Amino acid sequence: MSETIQDLTRMANQIADFFRAYPEAEALDGIAGHIRDFWTRPMRDRLDAHIAAGGEGLDPFVIKALSPASQDA
Amino acid sequence: MARLQEIDYGTPKRETDKTVTLTIDGQSVEVPEGTSIMRAAAEVGQQVPKLCATDMLDSWGSCRMCLVEVEGVRGTPASCTTPARDGMVVRTQTQRLEKIRRGVMELYISDHPLDCLTCSANGDCELQDTAGEVGLRDVRYGFGGEKHFGEAAEAKDTSNPYFSFDPEKCIVCSRCVRACEQVQGTFALTIDGRGFDSKVSAGTAADDFFGSECVSCGACVQACPTATLTEKTVEAHGTPNRTVLTTCAYCGVGCSFKAEMQGDQVVRMTPYKDGGANEGHSCVKGRFAWGYASHKDRITTPMVRDRITDPWRKVDWDEAIQFAADRFKAIQEKHGRASIGGITSSRCTNEEVYVVQKMIRAAFGNNNVDTCARVCHSPTGYGLKTTLGTSAGTQNFKSVEKADVILVIGANPTDGHPVFASRMKKRLRQGAKLIVADPRRIDLVRTPHVEASQHLQLRPGTNVALMNALAHVVVTEDLVDEAFVAERCDSEEFGRWRAFVAEERNAPEALSESIGVAAETIRAAARLYATGGNAAIYYGLGVTEHSQGSTMVMAMANLAMATGNFGREGVGVNPLRGQNNVQGSCDMGSFPHELPGYRHVSDDAVRGAFEADWGVTLSNEPGRRIPNMFADAIDGGFRGMFVQGEDIAQSDPNTRHVTAALEALECLVVQDLFLNETAAFAHVFLPGTSFLEKDGTFTNAERRINRVRPVMPPKSGLSESEAVCRLARAMGYPMTYDHPSRIMDEIARLTPTFAGVSFERLDREGSLQWPVTEKAPNGTPTMHIGGFVRGKGRFMITEYVPTQERANRSFPLILTTGRILSQYNVGAQTRRTENSRWHEADRLEIHPFDAEERGIADGEMVSIQSRMGAITLQAEISERMPQGVVYTTFHHPSSGANVITTEYSDWATNCPEYKVTAVQVARSNRPSEWQLEHEEVRRTHYRRSMEPAE
Repeated sequence: MSETIQDLTRMANQIADFFRAYPEAEALDGIAGHIRDFWTRPMRDRLDAHIAAGGEGLDPFVIKALSPASQDA
Repeated sequence: MARLQEIDYGTPKRETDKTVTLTIDGQSVEVPEGTSIMRAAAEVGQQVPKLCATDMLDSWGSCRMCLVEVEGVRGTPASCTTPARDGMVVRTQTQRLEKIRRGVMELYISDHPLDCLTCSANGDCELQDTAGEVGLRDVRYGFGGEKHFGEAAEAKDTSNPYFSFDPEKCIVCSRCVRACEQVQGTFALTIDGRGFDSKVSAGTAADDFFGSECVSCGACVQACPTATLTEKTVEAHGTPNRTVLTTCAYCGVGCSFKAEMQGDQVVRMTPYKDGGANEGHSCVKGRFAWGYASHKDRITTPMVRDRITDPWRKVDWDEAIQFAADRFKAIQEKHGRASIGGITSSRCTNEEVYVVQKMIRAAFGNNNVDTCARVCHSPTGYGLKTTLGTSAGTQNFKSVEKADVILVIGANPTDGHPVFASRMKKRLRQGAKLIVADPRRIDLVRTPHVEASQHLQLRPGTNVALMNALAHVVVTEDLVDEAFVAERCDSEEFGRWRAFVAEERNAPEALSESIGVAAETIRAAARLYATGGNAAIYYGLGVTEHSQGSTMVMAMANLAMATGNFGREGVGVNPLRGQNNVQGSCDMGSFPHELPGYRHVSDDAVRGAFEADWGVTLSNEPGRRIPNMFADAIDGGFRGMFVQGEDIAQSDPNTRHVTAALEALECLVVQDLFLNETAAFAHVFLPGTSFLEKDGTFTNAERRINRVRPVMPPKSGLSESEAVCRLARAMGYPMTYDHPSRIMDEIARLTPTFAGVSFERLDREGSLQWPVTEKAPNGTPTMHIGGFVRGKGRFMITEYVPTQERANRSFPLILTTGRILSQYNVGAQTRRTENSRWHEADRLEIHPFDAEERGIADGEMVSIQSRMGAITLQAEISERMPQGVVYTTFHHPSSGANVITTEYSDWATNCPEYKVTAVQVARSNRPSEWQLEHEEVRRTHYRRSMEPAE
């Protein structure tokens, strides 16, 4: 199977686990930047779609980092 | 070139700025203080006759052949043991010396066979040469020596597969014994008996070489001045008559070798003394295990097939290339440009890797390129770039000679990087302190004349906790190098890190239970590392192959920065790279997010430079990593793959998942020496070239770019890079080089750290360590002198996050995997050599208690089951293992070690977590289901057209 949304969720949460130790603004930048720099566009799109659908299982930091408001900031 | 015979200066070079000047045979000579008269004489071309001396070993002074006269000194001192002094006047050749030497030689020859014409060392024998030099014409004592000759001699020992030991020819110079001690550091050989009864022995009287502790590094064979220790290939073929300097194709040490040839036949490989990485030493793989290059299993003709269950059909290069290109193009037409990609190999040259990533980016039109470093050292690149600014180790290997404290983490250098381990052991014998952090009691923990001050036998998966605990001690016990940090590091980042590691939850006492090491032991290790002088970290895949692999690399960089251990010799953070060109394959832009030189594909300026040079528009989006390729192959979004010199079906985790992905591909092209496990699922096989046929460069773990020179033409008729260029052209992208040096010229033109590199310079200067730039025109043996590459060193906060892979009641043991000295990676090369005599099968090492609890006896077959699958192996009960942890290797495909490893991976790089798999072990009397299926695949997927179809 292509990375399931569970796989993507686990991977994104692992990234959040690393950046969580930083002040929130930095952590959100770190999470978003890492996913932008290393994930393929389809993976990012699927994660965005999952967030748009509620982001079940995702770390709130990931949701916040990738939310349109955060991206625009 | 004609046969290269290096000058033997007799005694080692001294390294000091102080010099002395003396006169030898009327010539004035200035040498470093401490240099022997013998070496000083050799420096001005006066070779003093010698037998027990050689410049790889400390002087011994036993043969009495190198006597000289010194004005004002009574007698005739041995030149090997007498240091040169200011104003000395030395004569190396007088009538008195001639008479003494001839007399000594008479004694030697009286107890030595006179079968020179049929001796394997004829023409390459120091005893023969020295007899000639001293003018031996008669032996007054006859030729019937009683101790080492004729009936008195012990039988020839031919037990070692690569060399023989003929005691009859031994002159008891002890060079072999001393080489084993001083160069290799194994102490397997000894002199048995006293006086005239003295004989070389491999351990006890009952031991032969094969059964002894000898590790077959070849140092004794190289040191032997007679035919006593001789390569069996020399016995079979005679002495070589030409030399090609080249680089070993095994581990990341990247040893320089002399390929000694007769025509296009390799007679032997001998380590090159001027090789910067190895300085004349070798291991059993590089020295002897090169026979795979001409093994009968080599495939030298391209092959294609429509379906993976069809027999292979031999075709010519044009047909194979067109077949691959047509399929790739058809896939892209139907499924889009991003539906194909490829993998580069750390076993291939920089030039070969570069053209593959270029083909993928320019001809395939996407960034779906990844490399086998994904599954080994990708966290090294991420972690060191983040903290220090560059994705590479900081030192050269020689640096270890200046280390006072050596911290080895998750590496087993005596097995994985044996030539570097010998250097390290030499420094440890000189008094440097050793800390080992490893769940297993690896050999380094206690080996002859070496004993670790601390063995931190941590639980697999707790590396980051350990590193945080060490840092806690450094910070809270005031052991920080404040001046270094203030000058060299980002103060805000440091302040945050300091506060983080100082928290009580990071104290050894708080983490001790998780780590499995007593708090006081952790404190002692931290104090030793921080206060013991120059402290150097060496690490391997036990660091990187974890869910926190990248975090751990950053944690080590933090510790080294906090204690000021960067920017000079003897310190640093040093990855021991698994394969010979891991560093190079990463440098060459093999990652899907980076162009050559570690520059992100989204960087418009960088991408623009490549676009201008390559004449094509490049994607600015990161491509797929290997696990993404597998996942998307199963899902149908990824359908074509080019695999260069890697056996992903054996080496990558969760074998069933990998083979399901490969099976789903519409076109898999494998470029390799052999029909490996991955080739079972291929549609096109392009024959690759062994290192003996390659023309290019490898870059080792110390960033040293070394030449790989062909000793014979490609057996397939085509170089690998040319095959790739043809495929790129067939895909519609013009890619042509008239010589591999042109590829390096392009790399240098587009990659700032390689700016000063060319074949011409490498041929002239031997090797260069990148960066080779305008600022560092002669390369950079030590990184970060005076400042970090990124500017200020960046401390990163490294929170310990336990892996999700946990032991439980169903899977109560933790499996960790690794390698063994005699085998290499998936074993494709070493399994096709006599090295398999040392390791015929992968075994499961298990602690006696865990074995007893399960009723397992040593040597019994056991089933190892994880939540991913099961395999059956032979058990080896071993006290090297801690209770609760089992270990195996993955050198043999039928073992299927990766059937049971999981999909968990490093958070930053997706490097698989090979080192932590929860398993249960039980007695078994049958192969696992996967192993039975694997046998079936071997029957059905490897047939060639001459074999009858089913």
